Amino acid sequence: MHHVVLDRWGCGLSPVHRRDPRAKMLAALIFLVALATSHQSYLAVSAVYFALLVTAIFAAGLPPAAVLRRAALVLPFSLVFAAMSVASGDTTRAISLVVKSYLSALVVLVLVSTTPLPQLLGGLERTAVPRFLLLVVQFLYRYLFVISEEAQHMRAAAAAKGGSMGRVISRRRHFGAAAGAVGVLFARSYARAEAIHLAMLARGFAGHFRPLAKSSFRKLDAAFLAGAVAAIVLLRAAIEAWT
Amino acid sequence: MDALIDVRSLCFRYDDGTVALDGVDFQLYPGETVAIFGANGSGKTTFVLHLNGLLMGGGAITICGNAVNKQNLSRVREKVGVVFQDSEMQLFMPTVLEDVAFGPLNLGLSREEASERALEALKQVGMSGCAARAPYHLSAGEKKRVAVAGILAMRPEILVLDEPTTFLDPPGQRSLIELFESLPQAKILVTHDVECARALAHRAVFFEKGRIRGEGSVEDIVARFNWDRTVIRRPTSSRH
Repeated sequence: MHHVVLDRWGCGLSPVHRRDPRAKMLAALIFLVALATSHQSYLAVSAVYFALLVTAIFAAGLPPAAVLRRAALVLPFSLVFAAMSVASGDTTRAISLVVKSYLSALVVLVLVSTTPLPQLLGGLERTAVPRFLLLVVQFLYRYLFVISEEAQHMRAAAAAKGGSMGRVISRRRHFGAAAGAVGVLFARSYARAEAIHLAMLARGFAGHFRPLAKSSFRKLDAAFLAGAVAAIVLLRAAIEAWT
Repeated sequence: MDALIDVRSLCFRYDDGTVALDGVDFQLYPGETVAIFGANGSGKTTFVLHLNGLLMGGGAITICGNAVNKQNLSRVREKVGVVFQDSEMQLFMPTVLEDVAFGPLNLGLSREEASERALEALKQVGMSGCAARAPYHLSAGEKKRVAVAGILAMRPEILVLDEPTTFLDPPGQRSLIELFESLPQAKILVTHDVECARALAHRAVFFEKGRIRGEGSVEDIVARFNWDRTVIRRPTSSRH
């Protein structure tokens, strides 16, 4: 099942995987701020930051091509705004939008691919993010997969009967059928989500995921954070001084 | 002997008005296994969901001396472990070990204790080597065993097995039945699989329209309600 690929990547044992989620989240946050606030030399900064992320991908043992491809999912959205910038005559802003959005998606993807969700949420909880918000995030994440899996089942069923969801949606006269299929998808997903929730309740779930892995901020985590922050800040400062 | 489960006049109606349970009385005693038979929609699953407090209807249910109500829910869920028909629904954590430890962690055990219990339960179901694997990489039989381990790790006194042999091939079914035979807990077995019930159950009850219509040995219930899938072939006449 390809939709669980992030869970699979998150279960690695690399040095990056073993770092405390808080260290990784803080490093990612600083990366995003440094990237977003770079202006004149953003292309050089982006190239160096891209190299940093590729190094992290290799260090984490993630499949580089797959990670880079998945991060590109953000491009259709940023390309729309980039096209508007080009239309208004600001090509530099357009390129900046595309590059920065891609790198932002990539850093977040590296973070979630090296930190299993329960650990990530545990880290967020320890940094005083409201528990209700975290509960919403964890159920959203879980049930998005449920919907995706149900959609795959329905597509297989349609194909088995000689149909194609794509063809149905592409023909205007079949819009009614497509809308019906979407309705059925949500009804089925809802029923399935209910069943999963029941199974969780049956095992004593009371609204709080407790991760099995112990999380303590150690010297290695502090060293990782210090190293990452130093690399992000110093590289940008050096590039800006040079240009 | 005191009953582990004592159900009196249990009634339940779904929001759409469907009466699912209509005055069910049932007892389960230590060490016994009871098979629940009945057609689809007869109220079997609705009934067992009440035993864990997942549904709350009218009447009274006592589990190991604890009344099933909102105040006692965690204690009741510690006593009654439900293995659902579809293991996919029951496995939602990234690794097998984390999934099996999910229940013990919810019981308030420390990480070390939960991990220890999870490993012990995995050993009990013969899945020790799969602790670090992702649940979605397992076969249907392995998933079922991990789902059972997730319940055993909570050390319940009663096991509720909802259609445990569904989706399994015959060797998988046989091996699962052997596993259940080896478990000391009292069991409720909701099933259409008469062979499985014959192998495990000491007695059986038959559900129909939300009521228990019959109670007796498995053979007795199968015969009385014609609850077998044997097809009687009629001799074909030749057209010579």
